[in-house]
Amino acid sequence: MEKHVIQYETVRFNLNGKDVERTVDVRASLTDMLRNDFRMTSVKKGCEVGECGACNVLIDGEAFNSCIYLAVWANGKHIRTLEGLLGPNGELSDIQQAFVDEAAIQCGFCTPGFILTAVEILESGKEYTDDELRKLLSGHLCRCTGYENILRAVKKTMYRRLGKPMPEQ
Amino acid sequence: MSKSVGKSVVRVDAYEKATGRAKYTDDLCDRSALVVKICHSTIAHGFVKSIDTTQAEAIPGVVRVLTCFDVPDHPFPTAGHPWSTDPHHQDVADRMLLNRHVRYYGDEVAVVIAEDEVAAVQGVRALKVEYEELPFVLDVQKAMEEGAPQIHEEYPQNILAHTDIRRGDYAKASQEPGLIKVEGWYDTPTVQHCHIENHGCFAYMEAGRVVVVSSTQIPHIVRRVVGQALGIPWGKVRLIKPYIGGGFGNKQDALYEPLCAWCSTMVGGRLVKLECTREETFVSNRVRHAIRTHIISWVRPDGTLVARKFEAFSNQGAYASHGHGVVAKGMGAFPQLYPCDNLECDCWSVFTNRPAAGAMRGYGIPQAMFAGESHIDDICKAIGMTPLEFRRKNLMPVGYTDGFSKNELYSDTFNQCMDKGMAAIDYQRKFEAYRNQTGPIRRGVGLAVFWYNTAVWPISLESSSCRMVVNQDGSLQFQTGETEIGQGCDTAYSQMVADAVGVPLSDVHVVSTQDTDVTPYGTGAYASRQTYIGGFSIMQTAIALRERILNIAHEQTRMPVSNLDLVDGQIIRKSDGRVLKSLGDLAMESLYSLEHSQHITAETTAQIKSNAYSFGCSFAEVEVDIPMCKVKLLNIVNVHDCGTLINPALAEAQVHGGMSMAIGYGLSEELKFDEKTGKPLNNNLLDYKLSTFMDHPTLQAAFVENAEPTSPYGTKALGEPPACSGAPAIRNAILNATGMAIDCCPITPHVLYRKFKEAGLITD
Amino acid sequence: MYDMKALYQAKSVADAVALRLAHPEAQIIAGGSDVLVQMREGKRAGVELISIYGLDELRGVTLEDDGTLCIGSLTSFSHITRDPLIQQHIPVLGEAVDQVGGPQIRNIGTIGGNTCNGVTSADSASTLFAYDAVIELTGPEGVRRVPIQDFYIRAGKVDIREGEIQTAIRISRESYERTFGHYIKYAMRNAMDIATLGTSVNVRLSPDGKTVERARVAFGVAGPVPLRAETAERLAEGKPVSEETAEAFAQAVKEDINPRDSWRAARDFRMHIAVESARRAFIEAVNRAGGAL
Repeated sequence: MEKHVIQYETVRFNLNGKDVERTVDVRASLTDMLRNDFRMTSVKKGCEVGECGACNVLIDGEAFNSCIYLAVWANGKHIRTLEGLLGPNGELSDIQQAFVDEAAIQCGFCTPGFILTAVEILESGKEYTDDELRKLLSGHLCRCTGYENILRAVKKTMYRRLGKPMPEQ
Repeated sequence: MSKSVGKSVVRVDAYEKATGRAKYTDDLCDRSALVVKICHSTIAHGFVKSIDTTQAEAIPGVVRVLTCFDVPDHPFPTAGHPWSTDPHHQDVADRMLLNRHVRYYGDEVAVVIAEDEVAAVQGVRALKVEYEELPFVLDVQKAMEEGAPQIHEEYPQNILAHTDIRRGDYAKASQEPGLIKVEGWYDTPTVQHCHIENHGCFAYMEAGRVVVVSSTQIPHIVRRVVGQALGIPWGKVRLIKPYIGGGFGNKQDALYEPLCAWCSTMVGGRLVKLECTREETFVSNRVRHAIRTHIISWVRPDGTLVARKFEAFSNQGAYASHGHGVVAKGMGAFPQLYPCDNLECDCWSVFTNRPAAGAMRGYGIPQAMFAGESHIDDICKAIGMTPLEFRRKNLMPVGYTDGFSKNELYSDTFNQCMDKGMAAIDYQRKFEAYRNQTGPIRRGVGLAVFWYNTAVWPISLESSSCRMVVNQDGSLQFQTGETEIGQGCDTAYSQMVADAVGVPLSDVHVVSTQDTDVTPYGTGAYASRQTYIGGFSIMQTAIALRERILNIAHEQTRMPVSNLDLVDGQIIRKSDGRVLKSLGDLAMESLYSLEHSQHITAETTAQIKSNAYSFGCSFAEVEVDIPMCKVKLLNIVNVHDCGTLINPALAEAQVHGGMSMAIGYGLSEELKFDEKTGKPLNNNLLDYKLSTFMDHPTLQAAFVENAEPTSPYGTKALGEPPACSGAPAIRNAILNATGMAIDCCPITPHVLYRKFKEAGLITD
Repeated sequence: MYDMKALYQAKSVADAVALRLAHPEAQIIAGGSDVLVQMREGKRAGVELISIYGLDELRGVTLEDDGTLCIGSLTSFSHITRDPLIQQHIPVLGEAVDQVGGPQIRNIGTIGGNTCNGVTSADSASTLFAYDAVIELTGPEGVRRVPIQDFYIRAGKVDIREGEIQTAIRISRESYERTFGHYIKYAMRNAMDIATLGTSVNVRLSPDGKTVERARVAFGVAGPVPLRAETAERLAEGKPVSEETAEAFAQAVKEDINPRDSWRAARDFRMHIAVESARRAFIEAVNRAGGAL
């Protein structure tokens, strides 16, 4: 059997506002690096082929499934995980609080990925219809909630940030 | 006193989960773990003749290769049922850790233990497995035929079990002149739970015992199964269950914990982890039983049911797992939901060369309701009665009592639920308006009810244990063997504890993790039993704890116990309502007293010998695009009577999830197999059509609260019921829209295309 | 961890070409949403990869002097959808790629990857076929341009030669000007799905909106590679804008398509859906073009 020589590469990037550097096995996915090297365990593994959205992170402000993203591609990027949303004293961000308030969390495994996509949606500063929100959130699978309260949480936060009252159903 | 039960308090684990801090199995596993990967069979049926491990063992990083020729000879059962000390009631022990006789495409034949995942996967790929292939069978009725491949030697014609119900004289009653015969065959698919966290576990040895941390619903049961599989005393096994990313019944089975534990013992007790891939989860865990049901009803023109026949053929797959209990539960609903004097009911659980079917949300009831409630609408169509009228006339009446379970329908639940659902969806107006439509796009509304009984008594043991410990500040921890799997029982239990003990909710701390070394015995999360069963042990333990506290209060205040009360964490003198001291002060003094020091704790086991019906219904509105063969679900509402709501917001959320599962069951989800090889075709989340965010309308959940008199909290099943009636409601809505009675689910475009073509609604 | 033998990250197009020549067996990886998934499945396990994902020069949409729209091969689906030039000149392409998978897939997936993997179900491909897109490849000899119909050789096989990478997709002004299109993705669910059938129609009407000057229709999953239904196109040309034309156009697509039976869908079902989709997409395209149907 041919002996495999492990190829390493140094990756420098910004993780949740802090510049970091790691030397990683080039075979690692971004999920692997975030979970194993940085212990960002909010990044979940649900399928490892980009179908469930549990490993979603924000890269330069856009949502990506980190399971199908090579760790070495993180070089030079700004990456945010759910850990980065929390305030210095453990304060929840508005969208996290909305997930709590709207009972949008059950088993909690899809939650981190959903919240990060919601962050991307909210940071656009736009007002979306329900159908548009459903589409923007459709890269995440959830088996517990039927998505209903997740929609409510995102919508409520969107209107709050826009300074508008939430329209009646 | 401020009441906590009945309020929509925030989940106790919400912060942990909203921040990503909640730790699930793999989050807890040390990165030094060896990785176990399984070699699965690539044939549907046969024997492993040999496995050449040479190349695999030569791969750098591979530590150990173990095959079906290495495993201990301890057949074990896997079902998450309480153990029975009566051998006749024990689950079928048909499993080995790895199998020489492989019975489905995906069966376990070997494992590779390696230093990293890539080496383990390469090792599995490098194994050379030689098989002696045998014929296989996937269809449940073909498996019962003479000469069908024999899957387990002890079960002729592959019949794991057959049970029946006889009432009156079906043959004679059906001879009555003027009866209308309605007959149908209804097929339900193999589906999978699709919890977003795949099953995974890790194991290591400590002090001569094996410790397993697992994503399971049933830690105490899995501990027993690991002991059985390894042939070691059960006390040598410690099982720990952290937060889990959903279960829905799949994790109500011992999955790979026994194998993982054994692997650790085979590498000197080193830490090993075994995580299923999504593809493995679909095939090599458990699935929902596909059940084919045949129903004949003999009906008078006025809608009276005179005689009925029911036959259900349950596709058990390769191993017994939960076995016959699933289809038997479905059959049990049949004579109760629409009582009829003359019945012939039979059901069979039959081995086939498909993945093993086990427990899944609803436990036979979604299948039975799809068949039964579709059939009711077929009857209505045949006799010209409206679905609502027929149900009002024939559904289980108030006061109905089941002789076996002693369950009783105390309230006019069905009518109350249907009235609420009808109003929510404007059913009656739409039902009439949608009749006799023409044109390519048509709308319809449909209705279905469900029957569900809570928990497993009297079929098996029902017990729950609870422990409460008071802290120096008057707050308390409590724990039970019943598990949080996302459904919210930690929160509901905390609310129950607060009220029963007499402390504010903020002073109640739940120990969420189950650890069989410290958690009192309880069988886990299944059968929608948590709030009902847990309620008994919580109430009983709270009473014991209060007694303890009030006795100490008597010592400390010299007031008689009869004049003391604990309200909102304060010791009260009942006669004048004066606060004598806080529970915190009492606990502090009690613990550190130089005269009589004692820590304040209570622990009890409640054995429950009652049970409760939990009923409700679904209403659906669809739009059918006939040329495109597509159904769009426009509206869906579920109405439940699960007794008194403990936490309305969480109850509503749980109903949404069940409705979502029912929508998938009705319209899109099916695990498919290649007829030629038995190979699964779509065991991934792209090809298996779980509903996405864009496949749902707004989900409406509503409740009728008739307090359940047998429960200390007036509660009963809610976990599984939401998944039970949605699919037939959708099916019946399609019938209303198009006149097409579809006899299977999921009702995909493929099914509609054939049906519409046959009916001449579309032409090519 | 992916089971790969080695990873080479290209720093420029020229570097990518050099790496291709140096490692002819290596697999090119753009966004990876197909390649990495296949590696997980074990299909490409143990391969060497040449990553071109870092080549920002291949991102973005530009309008050349002659009006040709030039889409850099690494432009992600979501960027195509949001691109003002796409929205202005060929919105149907933005709409089509907005139906690929889900949002995260549309952020990582590239139009170059979508066409280079040679699959018939690619959501971008039918629209690119319907607009006579030209594939630009850069290799050791420089740039080579191939009409997209010739680029697809057979299922999973495209015309990328030794040392080449795909660098752009080009659509000429003649092809897109005054045309209006509509794409229908027929799938089993409304997100995270692959097409059971993809139908892209575009039309150019006479200035009064009464006559079809030109109609084009292309399908995905109606054959081993994406294809045009030219019989239907010829039939519609010069015909009045009418229900009859729509129906005749739709029925005529059967002449050119050849879907297969698979566990995902039966041939006759796909044929049926193709006709209905062609009809609906034609009507929608006509309406967008200012016709009245």
